[in-house]
Amino acid sequence: MKNLDPQLVWAFAGVLGLLTLSSLIGLILKVAIKKPEAQSTIGNLNARIGAWWTMSAIFALTLFIGPTGSLVLFGLMSFLALREYVTLLPTRRADHRTLFWAFFIFTPLQYFLIAIQWYGMFAILIPVFAFLFVPARLAVAGDTESFLQRASMIQWGLMICVYCLSYTPALLMLKIPDYGRPAKLMLYLVLVDQLSDVLQYVWGKLLGRHKIAPVVSPNKTWEGFIGGVLSATGVGTALWWMTPFRPPVAALVSLTVALMGFAGGLTMSAIKRDRGVKDYGTLIKGHGGILDRMDSMCFAAPVFFHIVRYFYVR
Amino acid sequence: MTGHPLAGIIAVTARLISGVTVRWVDSEPDARQTVYFANHSSHLDFVVLWSSLPPEIRARTRPVAAQDYWDKGLRRAIAVNVFRAVLVARRTAGQEAPRSSGNPQEVIDHMLEAMGDNNSLIIFPEGTRGTGEEVASFKSGLYYLAQRKPGLRMVPAHLNNLNRILPKGEFLPVPFISRLTFGPALALEPGEPKPAFLARARAAVCRLREI
Repeated sequence: MKNLDPQLVWAFAGVLGLLTLSSLIGLILKVAIKKPEAQSTIGNLNARIGAWWTMSAIFALTLFIGPTGSLVLFGLMSFLALREYVTLLPTRRADHRTLFWAFFIFTPLQYFLIAIQWYGMFAILIPVFAFLFVPARLAVAGDTESFLQRASMIQWGLMICVYCLSYTPALLMLKIPDYGRPAKLMLYLVLVDQLSDVLQYVWGKLLGRHKIAPVVSPNKTWEGFIGGVLSATGVGTALWWMTPFRPPVAALVSLTVALMGFAGGLTMSAIKRDRGVKDYGTLIKGHGGILDRMDSMCFAAPVFFHIVRYFYVR
Repeated sequence: MTGHPLAGIIAVTARLISGVTVRWVDSEPDARQTVYFANHSSHLDFVVLWSSLPPEIRARTRPVAAQDYWDKGLRRAIAVNVFRAVLVARRTAGQEAPRSSGNPQEVIDHMLEAMGDNNSLIIFPEGTRGTGEEVASFKSGLYYLAQRKPGLRMVPAHLNNLNRILPKGEFLPVPFISRLTFGPALALEPGEPKPAFLARARAAVCRLREI
């Protein structure tokens, strides 16, 4: 078990403790609160906690398998996220083969480039080559109805679901002097980002009064946003020991991750409202689809990656 | 009766590929002899519908498929051995006369024979695949089946998005999340005229699209 880095084990022990605590709180709420109007919120909370156990177990398993495990996991998530996304699009018959390329050529290729550690091509495959290929292939298909709209929708889907999400396992490519294997850096990003989501939800449920963007996301409040971002920054700072950052830098980086995550959640909500749905899918019980869970990650991961790469990789 | 050994694997694969969410609205799986009828827009339709039935019901449910498409090579091997498909001739505009006769009464006889006393059927009364936008008017077969087998349970189903996964004329699928909705069973009323029954059956399928 060469991947059994002691810091990684400690971090997962922390996750295990947190999950146990959440399950206990969920159980106490279920037993203690009998008000009928609170039942659906508590039921959803417990479904979410249950799903967190499953997601953490899958993530831990793939992380311990090694880079291949993480690449397969995130590749699969990109594929499923893209499927949720295109299902919502008003696609036309002529988009079929372009979409085939997006799913079966560009998505696997993007993760393959990480596997062979070809950073230069990883960084441009989608923003350069796929961006030019998609409209060209659509033009060949010959249907010009809403052409620009259809091309942009597919480009944006590849950008969000594949390119941005692939930045998370791309952290495994980085060679950071005096740091060791970057698997724990990936765990750090996922922890800060996902805890920021959870803490925004918790603060919002406890204190939320003033809505930030009622049209886009009725559940997002200023209280949830400020409480969540600040406490996620606190957690990120306290976990500085598993990163290459000094504590004040860890604070700045985790603040950035939390803010980017918020922007991601808001943007992906705007797309859902535009398409007239509440959730992207039903795959994760209590949460919705993969994209509902990973929306914040899509925005946080690329920025986090480039901060680390610019300042810490020589 | 047990299904083909490959049946379970094919059913799971079909559900994975189609990402199908199955809903029974005012309806539930029932082991009684039934005709499931649905809208038709993709070659995947009957595979997905068949795969979404509970295994014990699936083992006794036979899809009715077009002989001109399914009666060759590997397709035939799968259709006949795994799904136990009932292959029927259809009359298609602008096509040569089918190999076996497309005489409606003979086709009905064939279907009734395939049903026997236990088997259920999956049929697509539009007769051919549509674009997925509209449900075409129903051919008479559904009515004749009901007439020849009084009291036969008929369950409407609506398949959504399968035309986007594998549209007419494409051979490579693209993943979309699809949806299959079963509705409440209906039966032919005594003395109900053919056009009224077919319109009612079609409306039952269309209604499921909105739910």
